[in-house]
Amino acid sequence: MTPPVTVHGGRREDPGPSTAARRRTASRRKGRRSGRRTMPYVLLVPALAVLLAALGYPLFRQAVMSFQEYGLAQQFGQPPEWVGVDNYTRLLSDSYLWTVIARSIAFCLLVAATTMVIGTALAVLMTVVSRGVRLALQISLLLAWAMPHLASLTVWQWLFDAQYGIVNWLLTSIGLDGFAGHSWLIEPLSFFIVAGVVVVWMSVPFVAFAVYAGLMQVPVELEEAAAIDGASARARFRLITVPLVKPVLLIVGLLQIIWDLKVFTQIFVLQDAGGVTRETNLIGTYIYRLGLGEGQFGLAAAASWFVLLITVGLSLYYVRVLIRDDEELTR
Amino acid sequence: MTTRHPDSSVLDTGGTRPAAATRHTDDATWTTQRPALRARKTAAGRRRRMWNALAVVLALIWAFPVYWMVNSSFLPFNRIRNPDPTFIPLGGTLSAYERVFDSDFLASLRTSLMVTLITVAAALLFAFLAALALSRFRFRGRRTFVLAVLVIQMIPAEGLFISQFKLLEGWQLLNSVVGLSLLYIAAVVPFTIWMLRGFVAGVPRDLEEAALVDGCSRAQAFFRITFPLLAPGLVASGVYAFLQAWNEFTLALVIMTRPENMTLPLWLRTFTDANRASDWAGIMAGSALIAIPVIVFFLFVQNRMTSGLVSGAVKG
Repeated sequence: MTPPVTVHGGRREDPGPSTAARRRTASRRKGRRSGRRTMPYVLLVPALAVLLAALGYPLFRQAVMSFQEYGLAQQFGQPPEWVGVDNYTRLLSDSYLWTVIARSIAFCLLVAATTMVIGTALAVLMTVVSRGVRLALQISLLLAWAMPHLASLTVWQWLFDAQYGIVNWLLTSIGLDGFAGHSWLIEPLSFFIVAGVVVVWMSVPFVAFAVYAGLMQVPVELEEAAAIDGASARARFRLITVPLVKPVLLIVGLLQIIWDLKVFTQIFVLQDAGGVTRETNLIGTYIYRLGLGEGQFGLAAAASWFVLLITVGLSLYYVRVLIRDDEELTR
Repeated sequence: MTTRHPDSSVLDTGGTRPAAATRHTDDATWTTQRPALRARKTAAGRRRRMWNALAVVLALIWAFPVYWMVNSSFLPFNRIRNPDPTFIPLGGTLSAYERVFDSDFLASLRTSLMVTLITVAAALLFAFLAALALSRFRFRGRRTFVLAVLVIQMIPAEGLFISQFKLLEGWQLLNSVVGLSLLYIAAVVPFTIWMLRGFVAGVPRDLEEAALVDGCSRAQAFFRITFPLLAPGLVASGVYAFLQAWNEFTLALVIMTRPENMTLPLWLRTFTDANRASDWAGIMAGSALIAIPVIVFFLFVQNRMTSGLVSGAVKG
């Protein structure tokens, strides 16, 4: 990247005889120059201040707290005690944390994979159907995408309601009588099936639209040229479409993994609606219940840092790709 | 390919364009195989009808929960608490909506509106200034700032809320609109900067300079030339901030602990928990009231949202 350059950077003042007038213009020019130099910083101040206050400081505070004994006693005024890496060792030796992490990763990978497969399939489907059908499909995907998370979670609870839910009605009316009055959220496995269905339903539209946009960027000439050269439809898809859409797939897939790893609202609300908390906790709800539920802020802070490191580690690739784009943009 | 054009390598000599030769032989094969082609065409038509049918089914599945929400919200008690579901709300009632308005809905609506407005206004202003700095100036620390903006987006909100709660507690800002808005602004500003920066960089500087030459002041040049060109970007990022603040649940849950300070998502959760056993119509009416403004908004600006998201976040 080029070194910082200001408009007047590097130009020397003419060291001529210094009359009063000359000095005045010189100082004015200098003033404007330093204005030019400080201007970007002044523009950044508001955004920077908010970010430092609401993200930077909590991040720092959290780091400090993770090395302290910070429980309910400290909440009521007792000075926190430094305990070194105690919180971390306690967490890492707790098998429950590992259960939660393993559960979260399994849930995340399954849901992200399902979302990617369905989303990509829908995107490809959009390219082969006629225009009216495509529009209908796009509108219904947009409806699902636009629904506020809490509203859609509430609707899904109603769909899966034990007594009057349409899902149980549908299943019993096709002959599965076991589902009459079946309560979906009590069993951990069926709890996660419901949670997974809700998350997939919400996330597929973004994937479908992003991949569809990527598919539309594949130049028609390339496809035509390959067709003329006798490549079959399948070969064209594999040799032309897939390589060109791959970057989009990679980034969208990574975003899905990041988002599904930190899924909180869906699990939390469904636990409220009747799930067994201990058997259905994922990382987000675990930290919430540890900190705000049990008042173990030190432990919760340590767990948060742990999750942060996992997520940032996962996202490094994404950041690298975006930075590369950025340099192309500003070159 | 080699089976269809066995002679193409032979033709590839001297000045002969192999592509032209290929196309020629290709045409020849096609004309001799007309009936086969027609058969293939009807097969393709059949396949297309099949895909269309599949797409329609999938569209219905995806839209169904939204339809079911609206449908259920119009049903009277005896129809909704019936083992056989009602699929079309003929002879429906608005009483569920009355029950919603009799609850704390309006108070929560006011809180949500205030938080959302403050967030949108502040985030747009701050992000716009920062975007200006990033795309119009080169300065020490620029690269670091861009990097920080990106990395911040990776931070899981769920990993921070413990200390954000402690922070606002220390400042006596728990249960306050200002406190919650502060956290929301910080949450949306990075992506807003990212989005707006592209738009600011897209306005050519020469345009502004031409206006300066023509005798505009710097401020005039900015407000008459640059600002109107930025309007679409501002709208897109404003909508983004609106959706985030309107829909957010986790931070609101942590910060707004008192029932009189609930935002709409929190209200919906409490209302659902209170009426789960008795009043699904009311719950669906509440969900619809929260969702429908957002859906209308979203459909209205969806083109810009998708292209903004795709070019901003998933540019391959």
